[in-house]
Amino acid sequence: MNMFLQLIPGINSQRKHLGFVWGPGDILVYETQHKAAGKQPVGPSCQDVQVVRKDEDIYSPILRKLFNESHHIFVGLQNIKDDLPSKNKKPQFVSISKNYRSIIRACMEELQQIAVSTRDPTLAAQYGNQVSILLAVELIWNLCEVLFIDAAPAGSLLLHLLDWVRLHKAEVDEKARDVLRCESPTRHQFFWDVVVSFVLQGRMEEARSMLAKQATLQPAAQGMFKRMDNLLAKMPIYNPGSTQTLPEFEMKWRQWHEECDACLQDNSFASSPHLETICKILLGDDDTLLEQKELLGTWYHYVVTRLLYTHPTVKPIDLHYYAQMCMDRFLDSRSPPEPLDSILLAAFEFDLHQVIKDCSIALNNWWFVAHLTDLLDHCKLLQSHNLHFGSNLREFLLLEYASGLFTHHSLWQLAVDYFDHCQGFGRTYLELLMERVPLDTERKALKVLRICEKRQMNEQVRSICKIMAMRALRNNRLGSALSWSIRAKDAAFATLISERFLQDYCSHGQFSDLDLIDNLGPAMLLSDRLTFLGKYREFHRLYGEKHFTEAAKLLLSLMTAKIAPQSFWMNLLTDALPLLEQKEVIFSVDQTHELMYCLEELTSGKTQSNPDRPMQEEDLETTKIELLRLALARNLAMAIVKEGTVEA
Amino acid sequence: MDSINAKYVSQKISKTRWRPVSSASLQQPEFFATGSWDNEENKVSLWTIGDHGVINMDDDFEGDPQLLCDIKHSGDVLDLQFLDSDRLVTASSSGAVTIYRHHPNSQTLSVAHQWDRAHHYPCDNAPCTGVVCNSPEVVSVGEDGRIILFRADQTGVLRIIENADSSTIHAVTFLRTAEVLTVNSIGQLKLWDLRQQSNEPAQILSLTGDRVPLHCLDRHPNQQHIVATGGQDGMLCIWDVRQGNMPFSLMEAHSAEMWEVHFHPSNPDHLFTCSEDGSLLHWETSSSSDTPSFLQGGRNTSMVSRSAIAPAGGNQSIISAWLSGDSGKGQLETTHMLPSQTLSVNSLDVLSQCLVCGTDGEAVYVSRQVPV
Repeated sequence: MNMFLQLIPGINSQRKHLGFVWGPGDILVYETQHKAAGKQPVGPSCQDVQVVRKDEDIYSPILRKLFNESHHIFVGLQNIKDDLPSKNKKPQFVSISKNYRSIIRACMEELQQIAVSTRDPTLAAQYGNQVSILLAVELIWNLCEVLFIDAAPAGSLLLHLLDWVRLHKAEVDEKARDVLRCESPTRHQFFWDVVVSFVLQGRMEEARSMLAKQATLQPAAQGMFKRMDNLLAKMPIYNPGSTQTLPEFEMKWRQWHEECDACLQDNSFASSPHLETICKILLGDDDTLLEQKELLGTWYHYVVTRLLYTHPTVKPIDLHYYAQMCMDRFLDSRSPPEPLDSILLAAFEFDLHQVIKDCSIALNNWWFVAHLTDLLDHCKLLQSHNLHFGSNLREFLLLEYASGLFTHHSLWQLAVDYFDHCQGFGRTYLELLMERVPLDTERKALKVLRICEKRQMNEQVRSICKIMAMRALRNNRLGSALSWSIRAKDAAFATLISERFLQDYCSHGQFSDLDLIDNLGPAMLLSDRLTFLGKYREFHRLYGEKHFTEAAKLLLSLMTAKIAPQSFWMNLLTDALPLLEQKEVIFSVDQTHELMYCLEELTSGKTQSNPDRPMQEEDLETTKIELLRLALARNLAMAIVKEGTVEA
Repeated sequence: MDSINAKYVSQKISKTRWRPVSSASLQQPEFFATGSWDNEENKVSLWTIGDHGVINMDDDFEGDPQLLCDIKHSGDVLDLQFLDSDRLVTASSSGAVTIYRHHPNSQTLSVAHQWDRAHHYPCDNAPCTGVVCNSPEVVSVGEDGRIILFRADQTGVLRIIENADSSTIHAVTFLRTAEVLTVNSIGQLKLWDLRQQSNEPAQILSLTGDRVPLHCLDRHPNQQHIVATGGQDGMLCIWDVRQGNMPFSLMEAHSAEMWEVHFHPSNPDHLFTCSEDGSLLHWETSSSSDTPSFLQGGRNTSMVSRSAIAPAGGNQSIISAWLSGDSGKGQLETTHMLPSQTLSVNSLDVLSQCLVCGTDGEAVYVSRQVPV
């Protein structure tokens, strides 16, 4: 169990009670009104709601680069085809693992630079802390890469472990540079430290070249140095690429080992304690190795060095035995091992789940465990493990990581791809979260919509369009509102907006947003009211362009085909008036009859006068009807005459 | 394919623009500006790809963009244009249009002038979606459907066309002096003559029956009647504004919104587009005649489809000939310029042999050897 303690400024926890609400990556904390029995509330209460974030890392500008770059690698990994035989995939997985590590390193280097250059000591400490966390993360990842992903067999295993130690114990190189830079390197206080360190890391060539410098200064000891040089040069190194078999190598190695032993026995190096120490190291003498604690630095360096000089062909399965033993010997038995030690030990024990579990507890964000677990899962190393909650370990960790990202105002876009690759619950998470993305601009709304549309999240698409349509409507942007509801195929809302357009027309006598209404196209069919709006505008256009016959036909069909709502018929009939009053006959006999029928249908329903309506309006209505009836009758007469004439 | 370097900048980049270089000299551009979006605190930043002004610490990263200076920007940067070599204009999601001045001596940016809430609703801010400069004139457009004309040297507003569009205007560009083109969210291209007092467009061009929103446009640098637009469906349209109101040709370019399209300013046979689908395309017409093959299709609208949507590996060229009329003469070649990536490429700019683009993956990519 880990516990985090965070003081909330402005709240006196002695006197006040705190309430809180969980968020996805943070907690909202507020002061409650609760009064403890017998106590009077003291002091002014704090009105603020405070946000307590657990995961500060995603707000670090440098770590953001880590998240962005690793997202890219993650997506690449998911796209590796499943149908390849797993043997062929191993090199790919190893290279992906190396890519992940290289971005950790890049990030670490940048943090280090900033930590050095910053003047603020607390900030510098914070950066330093992040660097050490990343260092540990990279160390663990590298070991996992060697043991699990690359899964090197006996022989090669040690070579990989040596590389691992060399990479993470790079102080030697720095020291060596210092020594070589000085005027007389051999008299430098760290000369022998460097030589011994090289030997401890199995860097024979470098150790030899350092020793050669010493040898030239001591012509008397020439033979002794020659002998050491010989031993170092002859040490067999396993070469996985060669035809040499493992037993053959072991035999050669044993011969070399005996040669070293012989040198020690015949006191070849008795006159130089340094060379004698090196010889004892070559023999893997435990006490001598432990004397080099300072130079080894860590117990895992000790493990690898010891294996190098005692069991160079160690099998993966035996690793844990040596690791445990070396750790016990190396570490002070009184102090308990640090989390990093137990994580590495668990890795040596090939206990993947323990590694992941311990990392999850020890580290303050999910980035590392989520990505490592995902990679291991792709290597088919986690199949047997199912959780009793959620679907599996990989998915559980990815979901945690992605949910954390989603709380970030900018990184939420990265999270989408992670959710995509969570078979079990990814989509559900994404659906719930997408609806909650704040939409400040249409540009952002379009991006969110694209994400939803790509994944056929119809419910969310509708809801986003509706939000945008409502916002446009509130700002009196009818055109935009209509566009959004057309995009969402939201018929009800399109009807509502069409009504608004018609109302505006009735009150102002002209249409607004003609550029939109004239270009509805097939979108017009979304709702009846929208169709009517489009057609009604078409009538006005035809009328304006003096295509009276087509206009008349369209107007009539709007009523007879019941496209127009009955409430609007009076307006349509009024629009017919000027057509009826034209010099030439536009409505035929049949059409006039139909118009009359429409008028009757409209008026028959309203015989009783509405008491709520003012008398004046009632009068106006009646006059209008009278006028219409008159016009219709006159038109009918003219049409009969005209049609009769044509036929005759 | 030449190398294109990524620089992670810890902010989603909405716009990238090269600082103009004088056309007389054969200078390569050295400075570019970026604008961010969706951050808690957005910024306008100025970068250099040369080693002037800053000490280059790593020799290995020669040419890696180095930050010169930045300044807070209230709201998302929705558009960014250089007014001249020292001043740049931004469009903000808060509705403001701001002119920033770069002081080369102190390497700082400062606000030279701001038209706060230039775009707005009766009781809310309306995002300003685009600006275009023709020094000293600046034209801005917004979600509120307004077109506003400013002069950089005057604090007032020169002209407002209220309700120029019933839907959102996504982008604006100058066609000629006093003539601007806008694209909107219902797929229309409108031509405005700012000398006319009427609030109606001089011309409306659109794909009939098609209401696919248009997001970007650019004018051919030499032949001003040729205009390229990009839409929500990733389609690239070439228009001839002199003739008719239909696009000249249509090309399937991207699988999602095309955010920007740019003709190469000095070699307009080359065209560049970027998209929400995470790709950046380089289009090249190889025509023997003087007319670019964008215009060899005849009057009929043609549709050319690339053989496949962006290949995962990128870096491959896909050749497709025009299918229409006399297609034999011209050939169109498209090249992916970015390695495969999934997050949107929001903006690009190309000048001379240099190209810069910015992504939602919080990276800026710079290429200094664009084959033009």
